[in-house]
Amino acid sequence: MSVSTGADGIKDVVTPLSDADVTSLKAGDRVRISGVIYTARDAAHGRLLPLIEKGEPLPIDVRGQIIYYTGPSPARPGSVIGSVGPTTASRMDKFTPALLALGLKGTIGKGYRGQPVKEALRQHTGVYFGAIGGAGAVLSEFVKSATVVAYEDLGTEAIRRLEVDGFPAIVLYDCHGGDLYQDGQKVYAREDG
Amino acid sequence: MREVHVSAIADAVKKLCMDANWSLEPDMLRAFDRALGTERSAAGKQVLTILKQNAEMARTRRIPYCQDTGMVICFVELGQDVHVTGGALYDAINEGVRHGYQEGYLRASIIRSPFDRVNTGDNTPAVIHVDVVPGATLKIMLMAKGGGCENRSKYTMLTPAAGLPGVKEFVVECVKTAGPDACPPLILGVGVGGTFEKAAILSKKALFRELGSPNPDSTLDALERELLARANRLGIGPQGYGGDTTSFGIHILSYPCHITSLPVAVTIECHAHRHKEVTL
Repeated sequence: MSVSTGADGIKDVVTPLSDADVTSLKAGDRVRISGVIYTARDAAHGRLLPLIEKGEPLPIDVRGQIIYYTGPSPARPGSVIGSVGPTTASRMDKFTPALLALGLKGTIGKGYRGQPVKEALRQHTGVYFGAIGGAGAVLSEFVKSATVVAYEDLGTEAIRRLEVDGFPAIVLYDCHGGDLYQDGQKVYAREDG
Repeated sequence: MREVHVSAIADAVKKLCMDANWSLEPDMLRAFDRALGTERSAAGKQVLTILKQNAEMARTRRIPYCQDTGMVICFVELGQDVHVTGGALYDAINEGVRHGYQEGYLRASIIRSPFDRVNTGDNTPAVIHVDVVPGATLKIMLMAKGGGCENRSKYTMLTPAAGLPGVKEFVVECVKTAGPDACPPLILGVGVGGTFEKAAILSKKALFRELGSPNPDSTLDALERELLARANRLGIGPQGYGGDTTSFGIHILSYPCHITSLPVAVTIECHAHRHKEVTL
């Protein structure tokens, strides 16, 4: 089991994740993610999809893994990485169900996702985490190493292997149909908005 | 005739690019503090607190507030008694962007063509708007505009019959559809009137007004306040986690238009509202 609840109520999540780990996470849970995660955004996903369609191996084994939708800014000399906050996840909706079918367990991003992604999270036992958009400087503190593992020519959009320690996130969509956005917003919506 | 050399323009733009990405302007920092005083949601307060820490960390370590360091938009007010020497104004601005982004460890996010999508590697070119104005100074208002929020910007051509109620509904609808994708608390720039392109440009220019300052036009000021109150009753909140602070401000500029027309453009801006200006 790689999910445990800390004394502060925040769940510690260590990659890779099993179905049981994902099942234990609920929308609204605050988490700290540790271990290896991979970055990929628009251009990298665009290269992964044809490989999946042809049944060819991917440059990373996604089974049990988490993909973080981000394109970091360049590291200053002596730093591991630059600013590294999430990008809008819905642009990757086209690709996510196929990756979940291959065994991907989680994604980290920001913003709403389409119904097909929600259904794929249920079907394949996956979770969608949110990191705070625009908090890239703070989030860089939790990245301990960063290595390009594929598509270096894509620059910021290359696939990077990140080692993270206690990376703060929140469960936006769980594998049970839970949705933090819906739950959170209805509490504060006033009738004549 | 006053001469301004292109090297002074390039140097100024370089500095603006770096400063804008590292240090949020005081109007933004005040907006965080005001919102922390009114936000009821615990999750929303936590987001606002982390964003304030993020601003402080970015400023002190000289790393960008957000990894999306944006596309550079420059509004230039070129005094008609200024003679730009040593080269072309547009080249000088792009030279400044190139050096600012490379030397400032800012992300290169611009592709040379929307079709082949190859990164230019230095965040050039900028989008540049030049107005010729009376006088002998050259003012550059620069914004590093993020892509995620820009993608949620919208445009509509309303009928005159739709009128003011139609404008209001459209603006509120823009906040709803932007939701968490555009990184709320949002700032909206709204351009009403003119022609298709005029309204869009006004919607960008409106974002340069100091956040929290009144619109000099009292009718528009009342409209801004009404729309802001409605936006903040939607419940979206910081990051869309639910809360009272969905927008920090809605700024409107208008222009005369044709008897058939009511164009409305809404530029959506995120809380990483990076704007700086300089007068040479």
